[in-house]
Amino acid sequence: MAVQNLSEVYGRTLVALGAENPNVVALEADLGKSTMSCLFEAAYPQRHFEMSIAEQNMASFAAGLALTGKIAFINSFAVFATGRAYDQIRTSIGIPGLNVTVVGTCAGLSDFGDGSTHQAIEDVAIMRAIPGMTVIEPCDGPEMAAAVRAAAAHPGPVYLRVHRADWPDVTPSDRAFVIGQPYVLRQGSDAVVFAAGAMVHRALEAAETLTGEGIALRVVNVPTLKPVKDADLRALTEGVRAIVTAEEHTINGGLGSVVCLALRGDGRPVECVAIQDVWGQSAASYGDLVGHYRLTAGDIAEAVRIALRKA
Amino acid sequence: MDATIAFLEGKARALRRKIVREIGWGKKGHLGGSCSAADLVTALYFGKMRIDPRNPGWPDRDRFLLSKGHGALVQYAALAELGFFPEAELDRVKTLGSILQGHPDRKLCPGIEANTGSLGHGLSIACGIAAGLRLDGRKSKVYVLVGDGEQSEGQIWEAAMAAKAFKLDNLVAILDRNRLQAMGPIVERFDSNPHADKWAAFGWRVIEIDGHDMRQIVGALDAADQGGPTVIVANTVKGKGIAFAENNPAFHNGVMTKEQYEQALAALAA
Repeated sequence: MAVQNLSEVYGRTLVALGAENPNVVALEADLGKSTMSCLFEAAYPQRHFEMSIAEQNMASFAAGLALTGKIAFINSFAVFATGRAYDQIRTSIGIPGLNVTVVGTCAGLSDFGDGSTHQAIEDVAIMRAIPGMTVIEPCDGPEMAAAVRAAAAHPGPVYLRVHRADWPDVTPSDRAFVIGQPYVLRQGSDAVVFAAGAMVHRALEAAETLTGEGIALRVVNVPTLKPVKDADLRALTEGVRAIVTAEEHTINGGLGSVVCLALRGDGRPVECVAIQDVWGQSAASYGDLVGHYRLTAGDIAEAVRIALRKA
Repeated sequence: MDATIAFLEGKARALRRKIVREIGWGKKGHLGGSCSAADLVTALYFGKMRIDPRNPGWPDRDRFLLSKGHGALVQYAALAELGFFPEAELDRVKTLGSILQGHPDRKLCPGIEANTGSLGHGLSIACGIAAGLRLDGRKSKVYVLVGDGEQSEGQIWEAAMAAKAFKLDNLVAILDRNRLQAMGPIVERFDSNPHADKWAAFGWRVIEIDGHDMRQIVGALDAADQGGPTVIVANTVKGKGIAFAENNPAFHNGVMTKEQYEQALAALAA
């Protein structure tokens, strides 16, 4: 099982796309070695725009490129890509529905050293709030590569949430990525956990732990956080007694909100593993933060136990 | 030349009549900033720009973006006069389902290039279009009208640096320097003067003109073809051509009485 860095997969895929389609362009806000847009810059300098430390201009500039038929990818840390340029994404890109992909790297707590200013924990919520915006959070290399291609082919705006850490491939080799499709990654009939991005790996680990306790946990990967059909999410809960969500994001406006809205009136217990309404902080390791904010596989397993007890 | 100038001055009067008609009486509308830009917009749409009203998406057209999107009424007036959409649409401005929104919407209105209205965006979008056109080897020019109140937006200066960095010589910014923002004189707020010096310091070619002198406008637009990025600092009067609205902050987004409405139309009669 290959372990891949998701930013590197993103960067390599963008270069491959650039070779296939001369309309693909990339814009970077002085973080090219982190976002890995530096690979595209080296391959296609004419189609790479170094926009310096000016994310607002970068977003609107990308809208202009899209208006001439270009397929634009704008790159920065997730906090700045979505937060600093929010109004530009909303109005320059979102209202006209342009083909611009906002790529936010170092998402969640993955930039562990830099602290709360650099840890995007509300990016999914603010991007999901934009009408017509597609929000994708890949969990591994194959899903990232497929998501980049899907974003380029999608006519409207996309937010691509990129986690900085390395992750093992878990996507089934026969799995075709389609925007908007959650799917069962591991079968189970007692409870279901809906997970996205890094949390998919922790959910799989939790499922393994719970097997030893006689609990069969279904793991559903939700790579598209918008759009996702309520009916699809409800169908994926068929037969289970309890539901858990797991996201490396604030509890407000992310996957937990998506699932709870979809299941409103369902009656079965739902537990949400997420960052509470608090800021991130610096830590010596990523693991320290995952533990502190109660996002571990153990936390997911415990949430499943609690939900099943309520069932 | 004299005939061209007279033609353009006639068109500018026609646009101002349309602006007054779009607002009507007893209703709010951005009269001041639409009229300050009317001569500039006229010179672009009826003189300088290569456009085709029957083919708004013509790839080789010149582009015009209204970064000060609240001045939409003057752009709608020009597009209607050129036949981009039926003139009757002008009576439906800002009504439910209209193609003519309070601020320009490219998905709804033929001839609109970009969605503007949140100030500061348009210059950046124009830069991106200029860069995209250059990648495609097209000779089209990109014109973008910015307000002087809008100069307070930091994004304007991000875009100014980008245009210089990417040597966008197909980009022309026109600064509608009408000296008033929504709540009053710019000099009493964040005084964005001196405009010409600021733009020059950012590496732009600067041409300063009287933004209501059609001869100067035409000359500046032609001069802007000689390299860039170029900014034309156009000194204008907010509400120009509507006596009661000239230099009157109340008509940034004001309401005309029936008497004022009729007075404005009479003064602008063909």
